[in-house]
Amino acid sequence: MSRSPVIVGVADAPTHERGRALPGATVLSIQRDAAHEALAQAGLRMRDVDGLAVAGMWGMPGPGAMQPVLLTEYLGLEWPRYLDGTNIGGAAFVLHAGRAAEAIRSGQAETVLIVYGSLQKSQTARALGGRPAMFSNQWDIPAGLPLPVGAYAMAAQRHAHVYGSTRETLAEIAVATRAWAALNPAAAFREPMTVDDVLDARMIASPLGRYDCCLVTDGGGAVVMTTEERARDLRTPPVHVLGHGASASHTSIAHMPDMAKLEAAEHSSRRAYAMAGRRPAEIDLAMLYDSFTITVLMTLEALGLCGYGEGKEFVRGGRTGPGGAFPVNTNGGGLSYCHPGMYGLFTIIEACRQLWGLAGERQAEGVRTAICHGTGGVLSSGATLILSTENG
Amino acid sequence: MTYDKPVPAIDAESEPYWTGAREGRLMIQRCGRTGRCFLYSRRLAPGAEDADIRWIEAKGTGTVYSFTVCHTPAGPAFRDETPYVVACVELDEGARIVSNLVTGDIDAVRIGQRVEAFFDRVSEDLTIPKFRPAG
Repeated sequence: MSRSPVIVGVADAPTHERGRALPGATVLSIQRDAAHEALAQAGLRMRDVDGLAVAGMWGMPGPGAMQPVLLTEYLGLEWPRYLDGTNIGGAAFVLHAGRAAEAIRSGQAETVLIVYGSLQKSQTARALGGRPAMFSNQWDIPAGLPLPVGAYAMAAQRHAHVYGSTRETLAEIAVATRAWAALNPAAAFREPMTVDDVLDARMIASPLGRYDCCLVTDGGGAVVMTTEERARDLRTPPVHVLGHGASASHTSIAHMPDMAKLEAAEHSSRRAYAMAGRRPAEIDLAMLYDSFTITVLMTLEALGLCGYGEGKEFVRGGRTGPGGAFPVNTNGGGLSYCHPGMYGLFTIIEACRQLWGLAGERQAEGVRTAICHGTGGVLSSGATLILSTENG
Repeated sequence: MTYDKPVPAIDAESEPYWTGAREGRLMIQRCGRTGRCFLYSRRLAPGAEDADIRWIEAKGTGTVYSFTVCHTPAGPAFRDETPYVVACVELDEGARIVSNLVTGDIDAVRIGQRVEAFFDRVSEDLTIPKFRPAG
């Protein structure tokens, strides 16, 4: 089908010094540079863009926080006809891609740019406290729950209680992810790591230690989507968006229906699989938002890549690392590659590179269909994308 | 000494909880139609209809649904108490509350552990219901 939505370009911003933006970067320029690079990969120009999707933790405070408008101005887009600023946390960009797919399919947009940028490391903008104790957070924040890590820690504790996962299970995920990062020149942390290194690291919120937690880095990225027909004239072979879905449940971890199950991912992926006409067994690569090691474990189970409670066997012995049976987070993830606050877009960027065979030393074999899953908040929201080199 | 930890932004819908706490009563909400109890969010009380909601006083007993021992404080105001326990307690009535589990034996905290509420008057204006091992 000619208006089938496809991805034709991706880019991530270069960083140095453990994930710091290059000198002179602003939160806007880092997005512009990534956008230009992603467009150039496809052979497109900024003037071809008629749709924009963006979310972030930047922007003018209060009623001025209109990121799609500010970026329209900054990038010089000419009367974009499709705009999306939906913010469901770090999952947002995966949701943006799903919606952009429908906008492209229906003719509301021809070429959509999805961008993200953050200078949270340079600006030391990240802290475990300081969020307002409002709405359903009136209880956890006055109690001193460090956020988001403390909420994920409670889920990890519950998962261990219900399904028997252990700190070693989580450490296996950190180690496999680091092993991928070692093969990615763009990763902030590439030194080899062992299960013991993870277990011996400083405890943050039990059972999560330092290396169970994602990095705090700067960064930016861009993804360009258009129609299959338009892609025929472009430089990159199209990556087909076969299916997508999104869902959400809670803001405070107190209200996560079942703290041992990432049901938002179950709901969002169920729709994505149905739309794509694919089963979990047909997935060759999983790019999962790894805010914490526990997020990966719970996402693998919720996406049906294994059953609930089977995650601990699924990740055992480096199965998800280089040379393992099932590649997960081949860029080194938020745990070792980069985590500029909202990471979801990077799951799509890496999935495309793997599908194109452009992942260099870390290229996994035989990747034809990939699943991307973003998780936002404190296991609060989820968005899924199923991508393939083949249409249908 | 002034209380320097974050205080809840009490709104019209949570006010009975915090007012109750000042009076030494642990208040939760109950749907008259379904009988389900909850606090603030309807998420765990499917079918609860706003028209039938009443505030009731909970017994204050429950079990630990999950918890974490915080070794890194949520800001400088919590530094002196580190490590401290934040627990999600499932009250016997069914509602869940996240608060501190105050105990001299942090290593003994377990999911499923029985706990009871007590009222920590942290300032003139604010009393925070917290939990301790049931005695």
